[in-house]
Amino acid sequence: MDASSLHQKIKGQFGDRVLHFEEAAAQPWIVVATEAIAEVTAFCKADPELALDNLMCLSAVDYPKETPPRMEVVYHLYSYEHLHAIVLKVHTPREEAHVPTVEATYGVANWHEREAYDLFGIVFDGHSDMRRILLPDDWIGHPLRKDWVDPDFYNGMHVKPTQQMAERALGGEKLGVGPFDVTPPNRHVPSE
Amino acid sequence: MSSQLHQPYGWRIEDLDTDEMILNMGPQHPSTHGVLRIELRTDGEVVRAARPHIGYLHRCFEKHAESVDYPGVIPYTDRMDYVASMGNSLGYALAVEKLMGIEVSPYVQTIRVIMAELQRIASHCIAVGTYGMDIGAFTPFLHLLRDRETILDLFEWTCGARLLYNYNWVGGLSHDVPEGFVRAGRQFLREFDRVTWPELMELLIKNKIFIKRTAGIGVCSPELAVSYDLTGPNLRGSGPPRDLRKDVPYCGYENYEFEVPVGQGRYGPLGSCFDRNWVRALEMKESAKILHQALERLEKMEKADVREKVPKRVKPAKGEVYGRSEAPRGQLGYYIVADGTGVNPYRVKVKSPCFTAMSIFHVLARGMMIADIIALIGSLDVVLGEIDR
Repeated sequence: MDASSLHQKIKGQFGDRVLHFEEAAAQPWIVVATEAIAEVTAFCKADPELALDNLMCLSAVDYPKETPPRMEVVYHLYSYEHLHAIVLKVHTPREEAHVPTVEATYGVANWHEREAYDLFGIVFDGHSDMRRILLPDDWIGHPLRKDWVDPDFYNGMHVKPTQQMAERALGGEKLGVGPFDVTPPNRHVPSE
Repeated sequence: MSSQLHQPYGWRIEDLDTDEMILNMGPQHPSTHGVLRIELRTDGEVVRAARPHIGYLHRCFEKHAESVDYPGVIPYTDRMDYVASMGNSLGYALAVEKLMGIEVSPYVQTIRVIMAELQRIASHCIAVGTYGMDIGAFTPFLHLLRDRETILDLFEWTCGARLLYNYNWVGGLSHDVPEGFVRAGRQFLREFDRVTWPELMELLIKNKIFIKRTAGIGVCSPELAVSYDLTGPNLRGSGPPRDLRKDVPYCGYENYEFEVPVGQGRYGPLGSCFDRNWVRALEMKESAKILHQALERLEKMEKADVREKVPKRVKPAKGEVYGRSEAPRGQLGYYIVADGTGVNPYRVKVKSPCFTAMSIFHVLARGMMIADIIALIGSLDVVLGEIDR
């Protein structure tokens, strides 16, 4: 099936909860109401004509400059039986982002959703194990958000070298850190 | 909110039964193929539950990718799956080319196929060899590394690097193959077909001890494999003959004749550790078949400029693409979003086959013996650099 007939089929089942269909894109996508995504994916997998049994990829994208600012969760679905693919998207506000989990339909969503939580701060409601996955458990913040600023300290360690460390390094002391993001003072080092 | 969600240290002592014990495997365990920590909840020798902890090698690939331009991402992709760098950069180059609508010449495509298949053989040499070593067979590992060395020499000769190549560029290649490459490739294949592969089958794959040790453990049904998005040899070990090179051909793979080996379940239930490894061993032979055809094709072709289509400035229009390719460890997917304003990607997400293979681990490990955990990790063939990215 091509993308528009896939859309027709899903639209016929869910009506208003299918919000938008971007047909002109190279890989067309369907925007679905956030609260309906678990049902939509379950339908996509169970329906014998769609048979989208494989969740190829689940990714989150941050769009702070859109109006209103939003985050998207993107589901790339694929059917091993019919070899067709479709992209589903849901929108969520940037603050207090919540999306229902699709873990019950696709087992692999468990780790993908943990990664999206870890790096974007999107909480997946109903997830069995919503913990960080790549970053340390005591990390603060979600680095792939566009408003991310690197912290100065992590557990008492300097993340970026300070002015003082730069000066000591220029004095010949080997600190084993770098690269320096402070401009080193133009200091005269006497030759021996 | 977040403090409520954090449960950092896994199981608490008071939750355990009297006979149960927590065993930490890794992060410095030699058989975990990298820095992977697995928390095992054991009852004697039996694993009641397992929890993999990843992230020790996290190098913020996706964050880095947003701060460099499109061609600048390629060296970073090399460092994800450092055992099969050619496959990573090929997947990325194909995705960006799809985004920009670049078609590369047949000459470049043929070289890309040759490099990808040589890399597949090299990667499976490591996978199968170290798997044997995990289980106690040391000799096949040395034999396979010897042959991998030949492939690395070919790569070094072509592009100057042994492991991290930066070879597949957006729209082309960094270097043409050197004079005499076809001859050297054929010499390698002759050795591989006549010596290495039969030797591998006799020494390891048909070895009675090896079969008894691996057949029948870690059984994964096809439905479970698809649900957890196992791809590549892991999926084919469970039965479905799904290979992107056949299903959605790229780089002209439709012009080559080769089989897609699948697990047979010959020595136990279908989808066991043995089947996954068996598929890898047979795939090496199929790659050699493709290489014979590709080298012949390359020999007859006229030399062309491999950088002909390389754009001066890679600046795709606003859009997004999900490009995937069959890397040695399975389907490697890149989801690239371009906002059309800058020369940097807006977002690059990598669907790594090892990541999804590791996510099924806790399901397969339940009820296993501790010693079999080693056999299971090896059969999934994970590379931690790609899981953590």
